[in-house]
Amino acid sequence: MSVPYDQVVQFVRTFAKVVSENREYLTDLDSAIGDADHGINMDRGMSAALAKLDGVPEGDVGNLFKTVGMTLVSTVGGAGGPLYGTLFIQMGMAVAGKPELSSQDWAEALTKGLEGLVMRGKAEPGDKTMVDALTPARDALKEALEEGASFGDALRRSAAAAEEGMKGTIPLVARKGRASYLGERSAGHQDPGATSTYLLLKTAADTWADGDP
Amino acid sequence: MKKLINKPEDVVTEALQGIAAAHPDLVRVHTNPNFLVRADAPVQGKAALVSGGGSGHEPMHGGFVGMGMLDAACPGEVFTSPTPDQMLEATKAVNGGAGVVHIVKNYTGDVMNFDMAAEMARGEGIEVESVLVDDDVAVQDSLYTAGRRGVGTTVLMEKIAGAAAEERRALKEVAEIARHVNSNGRSMGMALTSCTVPAAGKPTFEIGDDEMEIGIGIHGEPGRQRMKLKPVHEIVEMMAVAVVEDIPYAKGDEVLAFVNGMGGTPLIELYVVYNEVNKFLEGRGVKITRNLIGSYITSLEMAGFSITLLKLDDELTKLWDAPVKTPALRWGV
Repeated sequence: MSVPYDQVVQFVRTFAKVVSENREYLTDLDSAIGDADHGINMDRGMSAALAKLDGVPEGDVGNLFKTVGMTLVSTVGGAGGPLYGTLFIQMGMAVAGKPELSSQDWAEALTKGLEGLVMRGKAEPGDKTMVDALTPARDALKEALEEGASFGDALRRSAAAAEEGMKGTIPLVARKGRASYLGERSAGHQDPGATSTYLLLKTAADTWADGDP
Repeated sequence: MKKLINKPEDVVTEALQGIAAAHPDLVRVHTNPNFLVRADAPVQGKAALVSGGGSGHEPMHGGFVGMGMLDAACPGEVFTSPTPDQMLEATKAVNGGAGVVHIVKNYTGDVMNFDMAAEMARGEGIEVESVLVDDDVAVQDSLYTAGRRGVGTTVLMEKIAGAAAEERRALKEVAEIARHVNSNGRSMGMALTSCTVPAAGKPTFEIGDDEMEIGIGIHGEPGRQRMKLKPVHEIVEMMAVAVVEDIPYAKGDEVLAFVNGMGGTPLIELYVVYNEVNKFLEGRGVKITRNLIGSYITSLEMAGFSITLLKLDDELTKLWDAPVKTPALRWGV
């Protein structure tokens, strides 16, 4: 099964809605260990991306992701802007020119997105960042596909791994970003970036996995 | 939330419009993307200085745009780094052919956004030198954190490097002077109360009526220690010891002492603080030869202060004394 272009657009729209619904939650997580703006910033960025969607020429998934990424870079600010912006831009480069998204395309997009994220933010697994949700999600997706799972099942396993990675950030001591200034005091709190990353992968599963058991 | 605002989402833009209305002789304001430049930008043949950061620290950075200091400032949302497109447009607007220095406070977001902007500007053929400010001794510098935060020394760097650029020194030399300021400046802050980000609508942190936070950042981010309020001489001693011993500043050194208000502390209390700083340094044989007292790098309405010491030499003193004409800092003109 491949995801048609309009379903990729739907994924972006739903992610914007999910971010908006979780605006307070993400900001509250960020007040505990950061600077209390993650939900506000992501909501501003995804709202701006939504406003751009109608102007994007149809039929090129890569171009769609790149447009979202460029919009996030220019509207989010903070650390989230360059990180989510780079993630989407790199995902877009990985699937440039594709009219639809196959399971292998999505695995490639996540791989390139993760590489871009690491290049920009220089975080490693265990630093209490977005990387802690995205790395296991990418790994679980690839593993599921190698085992011959359906795209839908692989997406669900990927989202579950992201959730586990997100929860796994709770006991971690932050080593990147503003939370790192807290040292040991950052332990006991869930990372807001890992949380929004989980929401991204959950949205992919919720949007695309239905009808592909 | 009790604030003098129309709508939370309009605060940054409306404040910019206010600056434009108040100081047309000094600055020009550009919106969408937001940045402000000195009125006579670009100054041909002069290395240009661009800084920026989240809003909520006024007068930094916009109040420091003008002759003898910054060529451009990029305000982000409150406490949120500005974006690369703002920085790129500001960089292009002030480039007078001699290159541009980016003054970047060491916060993850600011560093990444300025990195992207510098990559883009270089791609358009503009020479860019990035200088990082990381002077906050409250943060332990280690491989396991994002490093020390950029705080009070930023103001002093912008003034001194601005003076060097005004003398038409070359880009690399201006950047070296800025780095020299960073390596000789150290700061520490404290808070009595929290602050409220307009878009968040509630205080960033809770603090008791009888408590203070030592080592606070300029975004209300926690510091070293929460403790019961003490008399100011004890507070100053605690903070000054941490600052002085970090470089360390030694007997016979001449320093610029900068006592900065966090936004909600009256000048009378800042002078009480300065008096204590002066006594403390006298006791250690460190001589204050220049000072700056007032609220210049703030954290919205937070009550509290920070102490910054900058070890001076003849050149830094001369550059500090050079004329400056900006909305917030003005002398010699």
